[in-house]
Amino acid sequence: MNILDPQGPIGAAEKTILIDSLTIMLAIVLPTIVTIFAFAVWFRASNVRAHRWPDWEYSGRIELVVWSVPALTVILLGGVAWIGSHRLDPAKPIEGASKPLTIQAVSLDWKWLFIYPDQKVATVNTLTVPVGVPLQFQLTSASVMNAFFIPQFGSMIYTMNGMVTRLNLRADNPGTFQGLSTQFSGDGFSDMHFDVQVVPAEQFSKWAGAASADKALDERSYREIAKPSMRNPPVIYRLADADLFSSIVTQKIPPSPGAQAGVKGASLQAGVADAR
Amino acid sequence: MLGKLSWDAIPFDQPIPMIASGVVALAILAILAWVVIRGHLPYLWREWITSVDHKRIGVMYTLLAMVMLLRGFADAIMMRTQQALAFHGQGYLPPDHYDQVFSAHGTIMIFFVAMPFMIGLMNFVVPLQLGVRDVAFPTLNSVGFWLTATGALLVNISLGIGEFARNGWLPYPPLSELTYSPGVGVDYYLWSLEISGVGTLVAGINLVTTVLKIRTKGMNYLRMPMFCWTTLATNLLIVAAFPILTATLAMLLLDRYLGFHFFTNEAGGNVMMFVNLIWAWGHPEVYILVLPAFGIFSEVISTFSGKPLFGYRSMVAATMAICILSFMVWLHHFFTMGAGADVNAIFGIATMIIAVPTGVKVFNWLFTMYGGRVRFQTPLLWSIGFMVTFIIGGMTGVLMAVPPVAFVLHNSLFLVAHFHNVIIGGVLFGAFAGYTYWFPKAFGFKLHEGLGRAAFWCWLIGFYVAFMPLYVLGLLGMTRRMQHYDVPEWRPWLIIAACGATLILCGIVLQIVQLVVSIRQREQLRDETGDPWDGRSLEWATASPPPAFNFAFLPEVSSDDAFWQFKKRAAEQTGSEEKPEYRAIEIPRNSPTGFVCAFFATVMGFALIWHIWWMVAVGAIGAFATFVVFAWRDHDEDIIPAAEVARIDRSNRAQRLLILREEAAE
Repeated sequence: MNILDPQGPIGAAEKTILIDSLTIMLAIVLPTIVTIFAFAVWFRASNVRAHRWPDWEYSGRIELVVWSVPALTVILLGGVAWIGSHRLDPAKPIEGASKPLTIQAVSLDWKWLFIYPDQKVATVNTLTVPVGVPLQFQLTSASVMNAFFIPQFGSMIYTMNGMVTRLNLRADNPGTFQGLSTQFSGDGFSDMHFDVQVVPAEQFSKWAGAASADKALDERSYREIAKPSMRNPPVIYRLADADLFSSIVTQKIPPSPGAQAGVKGASLQAGVADAR
Repeated sequence: MLGKLSWDAIPFDQPIPMIASGVVALAILAILAWVVIRGHLPYLWREWITSVDHKRIGVMYTLLAMVMLLRGFADAIMMRTQQALAFHGQGYLPPDHYDQVFSAHGTIMIFFVAMPFMIGLMNFVVPLQLGVRDVAFPTLNSVGFWLTATGALLVNISLGIGEFARNGWLPYPPLSELTYSPGVGVDYYLWSLEISGVGTLVAGINLVTTVLKIRTKGMNYLRMPMFCWTTLATNLLIVAAFPILTATLAMLLLDRYLGFHFFTNEAGGNVMMFVNLIWAWGHPEVYILVLPAFGIFSEVISTFSGKPLFGYRSMVAATMAICILSFMVWLHHFFTMGAGADVNAIFGIATMIIAVPTGVKVFNWLFTMYGGRVRFQTPLLWSIGFMVTFIIGGMTGVLMAVPPVAFVLHNSLFLVAHFHNVIIGGVLFGAFAGYTYWFPKAFGFKLHEGLGRAAFWCWLIGFYVAFMPLYVLGLLGMTRRMQHYDVPEWRPWLIIAACGATLILCGIVLQIVQLVVSIRQREQLRDETGDPWDGRSLEWATASPPPAFNFAFLPEVSSDDAFWQFKKRAAEQTGSEEKPEYRAIEIPRNSPTGFVCAFFATVMGFALIWHIWWMVAVGAIGAFATFVVFAWRDHDEDIIPAAEVARIDRSNRAQRLLILREEAAE
């Protein structure tokens, strides 16, 4: 999950900006820290060799320098921020080897639902994506706010009920990675993580084809999944209702009624007192 | 009869809150019993509880902050041990409890430690520095303090009766709406902050008016000590920002109590509106906390370098620039909401611009030391620890102001490390510097130097050991508020962080020991001069502790660093013996208004939380009646006769002259 070990272009660009910005600032911060110690030690009361200017309180030249040094740094860094924000806007599509893959992500209490509308597949708490293909995420929430984040791919984004946020990512290396929610969403929050399998394109089509076998996801089974629950194992569904995502976003399917009806999988903790 | 309140509200099945609230209740009872049995109650009532003296109120604010620091730190160490243990397991705190712990930690540390500590120091020091006898609205000041105490009390009642909020220190809807948080936790949060928020606003109005309208002769704006300037900026921010908090929380209350839809998922509610509003208050709040600390460091560094503050006008400009800019950056708290590139970039750059005046301040402190005679006493140690620590925290803050960086570090432990870096390294170190620096002024004796140094080193090293690992964890993808986790790479860093928290614990224990030892050795540590640090501003011109009227004669100021100039002149013209003519002094009369009003506010808040409507009426009517009674008062001032003023002042003056002569003779 190391964000300094990115696996796609967005993560890599963000790592570069992070390190560049840090370097720009360290160029001033480190000398300043050294100077603090140097001044404090040299001008200590017991140092007989130090000169004293007990009334020295103003120097126009120094004032000019102390205002311009941070100002120049900020101009430089502001440029980095401006360009970086535009290049790495999460909503901006990115290029890739083939046509982008659309994934609709829904945060539920307390699990992730991923819908692949073109493949007619849906998954809970597991994400499988082809390597090198641009991933276009559309995200929403069926209850409270969450944030979708796969640290090694870069850029997180909030999920909110009744709204769609957009995120574009790409994974460049096959492997298994971790994703998680990064916006606290209640008691089951710590288990809102998922594996991300990055597989070659052929294998992805095979996976999508094989998935369409047993369980179907339609409005009825969705309502079952949407009930609050913790520690959900990964499941794969065949997508039976192509409009499921838009039904959730437009609140045709009402948002989750909360944990008042009880939480599945929460029995492990003694004293989860819903009565209070 | 009792609304939602029943025996179920008391968590008998949970040992940790039961034991904790039991111990606290016992301690409070023991202290009360001791006070009553030893007959201290009339003294406490007369001299402290009903006092409208800004010095007493300042001390009580600070005391409240220090007691609450213990509670907030207990939460902190529970979180650190939980995360050190909860690898592939549940640790010892179940999610519903852990969630309350981190919510309480943030709420208490910001609202009931950092805020009252700073407001307490401002209350105590500013009128003295301005060379005046009191603040603008003494009774209102007392009301403000007691309402803050009400908020703190309600938060702590939630430990034993019911529960506290489980959604973090800012109750983001819709999680905080009735649908997803049906319990009383969020109500405890909301009502305690509504009530204490009024207290803070009142304190802000009082201090703004004091600095703008009540200054001694000759104390024009550009002769005010830096701390007065940062007080002005801070309280302008309070007056402008706290109504936003109150209104936003009121909207959430309407949602929860009367079925409104400001922030709900349904019926057109908009959660993004809450997030914007809360940060429109929340970002200025950051500067409300840190600006007074900047003022304290300015005073301390200048005093302990034996030099005037370098670039005073620049510092004033920087302070006021921060004051204005702090309202223009709130969106950087949610770059990941998908606002679009232009908006994100503009707010990112606006955030960086604040780093310019802040950077200027650091450089000016640096040049204040240059050419000085730097004395390494505890307040200066805190200041140097601050300068180094704060630069690092500021740097990581500016780093996260770059939107693409925030896209990967938002809500991570890197963020947690950053804001602790600035709040501990900036605000808390500032509070401790101010506490050590002004303690002799408040009580007439210094704090034990050796123990103070030991506490400083424990805090400083403990801070780095506890929070540097969190930076690493953020880079390793760890997000905040996790009750348990399965990632093995995180664990060693979390264990190191827990060790750091233990070191900080040693620092806190040493501070308690320091206070006890200092009280026991007060005769050796006595400050006879009123000027123990060779100070430069007017608070050192009066005795320690100052008489109720602060100054027998209001000083006349003709330059900045007023007291320094007095001392210079006094040293030049030794032997001029003035025979001043004393006059009677009017001081504001003590009033139980604040205490009584807060008592009713507590009753009302508690009743609102538990839906006990008749009790709400009792509380509301009681609080209102208290104000009406106060409004009909006949006497609002006491008179200290001239003879009494003369007696107090002559004895103080005699000592001071003696010492000044001795110094001049050297």
